[in-house]
Amino acid sequence: MSDSRDDAPRPLRVGRRALLVEVADTAAAQALHAELLRRREAGTLPPVTEIVPAARTVLLDGLDDPGALAADLAGWTVPPLPPADGEPVVIPVRYDGEDLAEVAALWGVPEAEVPRVHSSLDFRVAFCGFAPGFGYLTGLPPELHVPRRATPRTAVPAGSVALAGPYTGVYPRSSPGGWLLVGRTDAVMWDPGREPAALLAPGTRVRFEVAR
Amino acid sequence: MTALTVVRPGALTTVQDLGRPGHAHLGVPRSGALDAPAHRLADRLVGNPETYATLETTVDGCAVRVDTAVTFAVTGAPCAVRADGRPVAWGAPVRVPAGTVVDVGRARAGLRSYLAFAGGVAVPPVLGSRSRDLLSGLGPQPLTDGAVLPLGTPCGPPATVDAAPCPAPPSDALVLPLVPGPRADWFAPTALDALARGAYRVSPASNRIGLRTDGPALERSVPGELPSEGMVLGAVQVPPDGRPVVFLADHPTTGGYPVIGVVPEPALTAAAQAVPGTRVRFAVVRAPSSPSGV
Repeated sequence: MSDSRDDAPRPLRVGRRALLVEVADTAAAQALHAELLRRREAGTLPPVTEIVPAARTVLLDGLDDPGALAADLAGWTVPPLPPADGEPVVIPVRYDGEDLAEVAALWGVPEAEVPRVHSSLDFRVAFCGFAPGFGYLTGLPPELHVPRRATPRTAVPAGSVALAGPYTGVYPRSSPGGWLLVGRTDAVMWDPGREPAALLAPGTRVRFEVAR
Repeated sequence: MTALTVVRPGALTTVQDLGRPGHAHLGVPRSGALDAPAHRLADRLVGNPETYATLETTVDGCAVRVDTAVTFAVTGAPCAVRADGRPVAWGAPVRVPAGTVVDVGRARAGLRSYLAFAGGVAVPPVLGSRSRDLLSGLGPQPLTDGAVLPLGTPCGPPATVDAAPCPAPPSDALVLPLVPGPRADWFAPTALDALARGAYRVSPASNRIGLRTDGPALERSVPGELPSEGMVLGAVQVPPDGRPVVFLADHPTTGGYPVIGVVPEPALTAAAQAVPGTRVRFAVVRAPSSPSGV
């Protein structure tokens, strides 16, 4: 589609019932996700079973006529992600993770600075995945991005607060994982008996605070 | 309370219904019966709505004792069905008295049989579904020896049929339609041909998460990993070993390996019943009126 603008959402067909809408970056995916939710709320989006944001895409699954929506989407102008309203979810953290020293070295700050820096930033859930209730939180400035561990741990404890690439995440339960661990929280990230089950959903604002 | 007691759990028997779609954005797989038409039929045969939970067996069936007179039906993979050792009908409602041991035998073809009871298996739902999701561990544990499962109250009369028609499981070859995309352009032009040639077989490592295949590695034209993106049921994901995996009900909601194409949902019933070693051929079809040119 040579007439498309560079920043226009690019819909890719996924089977017969879904579209994968590709955009430039994670911020654009968050903005498109917010716009899709707004249109669904307003009743101007065709019925859809799943709206799944990810790093550079939003998946729309369970569409009756993906072709029609794809044609429509190419002409959309998606407004930038609006500033988050309402109070953020606050997650208290004991910053005593096994990789705290490594993160401090990568950031070029003393170890004691990591909690102060990490708890001063505004995060937002870009997308979820990996396990129910696991959110990929954006908000780290590029100079604070860190690599994954070369060898993943076979078991990362539940509540671990960890960094990888541009993301911060909190492990909802014990699982294997390759992210750098900076601390632990007692916050329950996922409880199927609770409404809502997930503490974090795409779009949720998050702040971390140093636990006393 | 009416209940079942597990006498023989079988290799893997799980409670399944139509799953919990609508939660993928939270990282929750849809789950649900792998052979959904067989699950629905079993429910209809005993007079249940299709949302009621059944038991999905794997390869060697299962046996349960009922503590009340109840109607049951077995569908999916054809097998011997016994009530206290006496042969009874497969694919039809069967009424048995309290205390009967209902035995679902080893699959004669296919892999998964569905055992429905009037009233349904009434374990507490999680996010609107009683399905066991083997990827994330939601829903009731797979059956174990001696486990007790509650049954709900029957709500409708059983179907008046002697034998319901069921499609036969794939025998010599599994043919799966494949709509190319969204990442078909990450593969060499020969990749779709390789899929169409039927050079693959169902791997014994297959499970409720995916139908894995053994065969030649699909050649990539774009190296590296993709940033994580949403995954659909039936997505054919190609991990670094190059062997395609067809995502089934318990598939992860996002993934970082490219999807060369998607098998439309109705064809996944046959995939769910394909025994390891079955030859797999993908028949490439195009999505109608594809605006993105994929």
